[in-house]
Amino acid sequence: MPDESGRLLRDRTAIVGVGATPFYRRGASAPQSTLELAGKAVLAALADAGLRPDDVDGFALYSGGGFDPALLAQTLGIPNVRFMATLTGGGGGAPGAVGLAAAGIVSGHADVVVSVMAMQQPGAARFGSVFGRKEPGAYAARPTPESDFIAHAGLMGPGQMFAILTQRHMYQYGTTRRHLAEVAISTRENARNRPSALMRSPLTEEDYFAARMISEPFCLFDYCLECDGAVAVVTTSAERARDLRQPPVYVTASAQGGAGDWGQAIMWMGMPDDTFASSGHRPVAKDLYRRAGLGPADVDVALLYDHFTGMVLMQLEDYGFCPIGESGPFVADGNIRYLGGSIPVNTHGGNLSDAYIIGFTHVVEAVEQLRGSAVNQVANAEVALVTGGPAPLPVSGLILKREATGA
Amino acid sequence: MPDVRTSDHDDVALAAPVAMVSLNPNAWTEPFWVAAGQHRLTVQRCLACGTVRHPPGPFCPRCRTQDSDWVDLSGRATLYSFTVIRHALAPPLRAYLPMVIAVVAPDEAPTARLVANLVEVAVGDVAIGMPLEVVWEDAGDGVAVFRFRPAAPALRRTKETSS
Repeated sequence: MPDESGRLLRDRTAIVGVGATPFYRRGASAPQSTLELAGKAVLAALADAGLRPDDVDGFALYSGGGFDPALLAQTLGIPNVRFMATLTGGGGGAPGAVGLAAAGIVSGHADVVVSVMAMQQPGAARFGSVFGRKEPGAYAARPTPESDFIAHAGLMGPGQMFAILTQRHMYQYGTTRRHLAEVAISTRENARNRPSALMRSPLTEEDYFAARMISEPFCLFDYCLECDGAVAVVTTSAERARDLRQPPVYVTASAQGGAGDWGQAIMWMGMPDDTFASSGHRPVAKDLYRRAGLGPADVDVALLYDHFTGMVLMQLEDYGFCPIGESGPFVADGNIRYLGGSIPVNTHGGNLSDAYIIGFTHVVEAVEQLRGSAVNQVANAEVALVTGGPAPLPVSGLILKREATGA
Repeated sequence: MPDVRTSDHDDVALAAPVAMVSLNPNAWTEPFWVAAGQHRLTVQRCLACGTVRHPPGPFCPRCRTQDSDWVDLSGRATLYSFTVIRHALAPPLRAYLPMVIAVVAPDEAPTARLVANLVEVAVGDVAIGMPLEVVWEDAGDGVAVFRFRPAAPALRRTKETSS
């Protein structure tokens, strides 16, 4: 372990602005373009911070952002871009993009860094629906020598892939569909009073078990939403943050990556026995807590990437909220509920019920919780955890705080 | 509240159509598919340390050696995990439901997990840990795809061999 004590990002930067477009059902944001949605979110986030586009000098993105970043800089008339970086991979990089922004600022590359994710799913181009097929998924990722080993079996969709990990979790630990249902139901409860949420009707256990199966053990309600929209976050130095419109939300720690033997994960299925039925987050969680000088007991609200219910369970284990294998009973006891839970999870309704902007709404919710302005406000929330992935590497995590350490 | 997978337990699992198979091999993966075309299941093995690697690739992840050879597997395996597909992601696949997509651990190389369809089994009978054996489906042009089915009982296998 290298000595990183002198190089920590801890509380040296802060999120000072968040913004979003409305969230739309898939395809319903037309005729706006993806770039247009991104630009609207960026302008909203800058306005929230009390900053102008002329102040922006950096972009830190993930999963490509959903648009051409060069065109965004051109379109918004950014005078001078001094930092432009993106995490590789997909949704695993959502909070990591903010960590990248913090790194760019602390290293002196830029002063005001924008992170944005824009999502538009028109017609047949359904994001993440098909991996590596020429037919019928010509719009999907190009087939590779490696994808040959899964495509022949019809393994195409992330839902199918994570269902296989979840099935193994059920076998190893006795997790049941009722445990998956509790993730879906508690998340829906959190979306019900949220104006932006796409799914606000109540979800009962009866509804859950009556829903059609998609990829066992996952039924319809184990899947996140498909939608359009954009979310942006503005990060700057802690010094500059103190003079801006909103109370700063400090970037206390960032971690990204994961183990090489997790690697492509769901795309190869060769992960070691002890991490196969996991979120792949364990090394990242360890780095994150160490860099923050905090542990799971210090986290007041957890915004866990919820593309599929089962993967929320595994993150609860990998981030230390319960022992490995015990997430099922842990959620069954009401621990992730906003009301009465020991660790409220996805208080905004998550990817499952609010909107799926590839996890970036989770960063916004963390900021709102720490500003004290969340719709489902956790009382006296001081520390928030945000995660991205489970996914092929990298996965990422972020710990945000209301007060700077030692302040 | 019942906690069952589905009511359609007796449906027999179908495999993805071989007409959809299009291989994109490179120098490292091609030997696997050449052997598959001859109905031989193989795994790449590091010549320096003996570690098997899958998918095939240019380096041993344990000792980073490039040199490797190929080992024939018996085709016997254990079911490691699976999903039962009830919803086709693309219209051409609707005729092939339910489909079981399995991750299997070959007996002689359990860390070299293979992804394959299960066939000749009712979806309700699929259970992690069940013994499996390989079956081949020819796709034309010398290409064959591996599937797995429940392993024949040892007694039956002996009879078949002796007859």
